[in-house]
Amino acid sequence: MTASLVGTGTLARLAVRRDRVLLPVGILGITIFAVSSAKATLALYPTVASMDAGIKTIFASPSAVALYGPISDPTDPDALAVVKTTMFGAVLLAIFGYAVVRRHTRSEEEDGRFELVGAGVVGRRAPLTAAVAVATAAVLATCLLTGLGYAAIGMDVAGSLAAAAGWAATGLAFVGLAAVAAQLASTARGCAGLTMGALGVLFLLRAIADAGTGVPGWLGWVSPVGWTSKAEAFGADRSWVVLLGVGLLAVCLLAAFALLQRRDLGAGLLPARRGRANAGATLAGPVGLAWRLGRSSTIGWTVGMLVGGLVIGSLAKSAMDMFADPAIADLLRKMGGGVGLLSDVYLSTELGFIAIIAAAYGVTTVLRWRAEETQGHTELVLATADSRTRYAASHLLVALLGTAALVFALGLGTVLADASGGGTLGGAGRVLPAALIRLPAVWGCVGVAVAAIGWFPRWTAAIGWGALAFFLVVGEFGGVFGMPQWLMDLAPFTHVPRMPVEAFAWPPTIALTAVAAGLCIVGVLGFRRRDIG
Amino acid sequence: MSAPIEISGLRKSFGTTVALDGLDLTVAQGEIHGFLGPNGAGKSTTIRVLLGLLRADGGQARLLGGDPWTDVAQLHRRIAYVPGDVALWPNLTGGEVIDLLARLRGGLNAARRDDLLARFDLDPTKKCRAYSKGNRQKVALVAALSSDAELLLFDEPTAGLDPLMDRVFRDHVDEVRTEGRTVLLSSHILSEVEALCDRVSIIRAGRTVESGSLAQLRHLTRTSVTATLEHPPSAAELAALTGVHDVVLDGSRVTLSADTDHIGAVLSALGAHGIQTLISQPPTLEELFMRSYAS
Ligand SMILES: Nc1ncnc2c1ncn2[C@@H]1O[C@H](COP(=O)(O)OP(=O)(O)OP(=O)(O)O)[C@@H](O)[C@H]1O
Ligand SMILES: [Mg+2]
Repeated sequence: MTASLVGTGTLARLAVRRDRVLLPVGILGITIFAVSSAKATLALYPTVASMDAGIKTIFASPSAVALYGPISDPTDPDALAVVKTTMFGAVLLAIFGYAVVRRHTRSEEEDGRFELVGAGVVGRRAPLTAAVAVATAAVLATCLLTGLGYAAIGMDVAGSLAAAAGWAATGLAFVGLAAVAAQLASTARGCAGLTMGALGVLFLLRAIADAGTGVPGWLGWVSPVGWTSKAEAFGADRSWVVLLGVGLLAVCLLAAFALLQRRDLGAGLLPARRGRANAGATLAGPVGLAWRLGRSSTIGWTVGMLVGGLVIGSLAKSAMDMFADPAIADLLRKMGGGVGLLSDVYLSTELGFIAIIAAAYGVTTVLRWRAEETQGHTELVLATADSRTRYAASHLLVALLGTAALVFALGLGTVLADASGGGTLGGAGRVLPAALIRLPAVWGCVGVAVAAIGWFPRWTAAIGWGALAFFLVVGEFGGVFGMPQWLMDLAPFTHVPRMPVEAFAWPPTIALTAVAAGLCIVGVLGFRRRDIG
Repeated sequence: MSAPIEISGLRKSFGTTVALDGLDLTVAQGEIHGFLGPNGAGKSTTIRVLLGLLRADGGQARLLGGDPWTDVAQLHRRIAYVPGDVALWPNLTGGEVIDLLARLRGGLNAARRDDLLARFDLDPTKKCRAYSKGNRQKVALVAALSSDAELLLFDEPTAGLDPLMDRVFRDHVDEVRTEGRTVLLSSHILSEVEALCDRVSIIRAGRTVESGSLAQLRHLTRTSVTATLEHPPSAAELAALTGVHDVVLDGSRVTLSADTDHIGAVLSALGAHGIQTLISQPPTLEELFMRSYAS
């Protein structure tokens, strides 16, 4: 046992050294985001009484519960202060933990660096153990700092502890799941697909458990994403949920060790299959190649979007049931909206949120183009008669059409589920335009990444993901932080007409499309004139 | 018609690293041109400038009479390239990659492809991630050699090939030569260069230090001579002869090195002192390279 762990300490130190930027940025970024958002909310609403009744209602609505989880105690200002960040932060933390594990396991193996390391005095389990140890430490540090931060700004101590524990449960679970996925998949992309796919499914499961009507109570406990909700910080304060995370991490680690014992370095568990001896008719030009490279990921994301749409559509009815309560309906009517419009508010909120996920697919597609370059594949293609413009255009085409397919699948899923549940949302004519209107903003996110690849290729990932995270924070939290309007205006999603609540409008649609096109053109021009490699 | 490759005064820097510092290179129509130099000398950089992957900072580079940066699509139909580090798409098979690259270039000679697959003993149905290093190299070689390209750019094409496959490669390059096509071959394998190349260029630190046929280059070096003489002269007398260096006199035994151009005169001067035994060694290619690489 110990022999297989020789070298773990050295490898862990190497990992920390390599991640000396990523780790502090991740830990402090998530902590500051959560604590400062809580502080800002408390400053706005020091007591529950001061909190606008409308705000409480909105956070209690199923669409908000599906996104943010339930409010643990509507009478406690602390609980209201963290409602928006708790679920969001748990997801960020899950991604953070997974990213650290993947970086130091499958990615290292894929790039061939494990081979050098593995030839040294290093036990078979050491690299995985080191990666899991660093990721665990990073997750726990984030949770601990956030809990301390909450207590430091005067929030309830037991509640702060429970908030940290809930996050730790979810974060550690994903460290474990990523460790298993890194053994199952034979590529870093496959590992990403498995873990992020699991995150999506488990998030939806939690959303259904939290916001659905008539779902069994135990369902909320099945999803590790739901453990954050179940901690009910500043309410029931179930700090012990952290044990669920520790337990799942331990089980996953044992499973990962068992898998590791059975597989070869560099391989996954699935054996390499033989393929065709000749290229098929579609693998003929740059577009065929770009599609072939993005095919499985595009199909996976499209199916995910369809499922997301199905969940939105099937939750619509319970969302409306809640407004059947005459007191709430009356309140909302007084606030100026008709009950008839509530389904529209629900639809536009959910679609707006998921459209950002479609933009994430667009960014990963542009990053695949960049990876092609760093891995030396672009060089092979550009040494043939393919021009740079055509090469760039083919990757761009997959990103733009792929995001369109995703957004369409989202709308389609919503329509199908809603139709079978009674048509609360108003049919395809109302839902599909509401989904597709987000497309120009999604393309804008793609455009930012393309511009980065043209002019700052080494920073493509940082700029692409950074911009998306910025747009998300601005859209979701700009109001809480009291951000200036010009800052909010930088995010493309700010300008999208919130159909069907708002009417369709040409000017923002044309402007967003033009900006997206402009960014893409600028990026391709940059790509044409720079060195490859 | 101009030469397929004409480079003069080519410069390229990466930040503060100067990779090419006024490089000159001319490759004539129909020749196999060896491209040599120590690690980091700038060979791959030169080839990547010729492919339009890198933009030169200064100097002239002409490829098949065109500008390698602007005339990409038109020029690349006429060339084929094998990179030094062959990176292939892990989830495509070798056969798919060969076909894809050929189609991107604008056509495939199917009969030649099948012949090459057989001679290189390559299984085209394997996924690229499952190939060994040498087999990945073969995929790139088959893709390049199955084309009708008039100019072939090879960057260390045989690193990783076994001797048998190395032999197959050499046979194919010979065929390319008889067809009158042109090859630029960057390599660290001296025997390969000696066997294949008509002319070579040696570069160091981004500059050309030698260029010419192997016979011409040999003339730039010295022949080592060891002789036993009946009446050995003084060391100083020997050292005074033109083209003689490093004289060591040990009793009747003398060792010296002589410029290859003056070897005849040196031998007759030694003859006057009564040669009893004589060993004369022409420079090996290795010595030639060592001298150009090091100084
Ligand atoms: N993308 C790059 N960024 C920075 N420096 C580079 C880059 N590519 C090459 N260099 C530098 O340029 C110089 C020439 O490199 P090049 O790859 O052309 O050498 P080479 O002659 O092919 O060497 P080898 O025989 O090892 O293949 C080296 O000093 C190298 O470090
Ligand atoms: Mg090189």
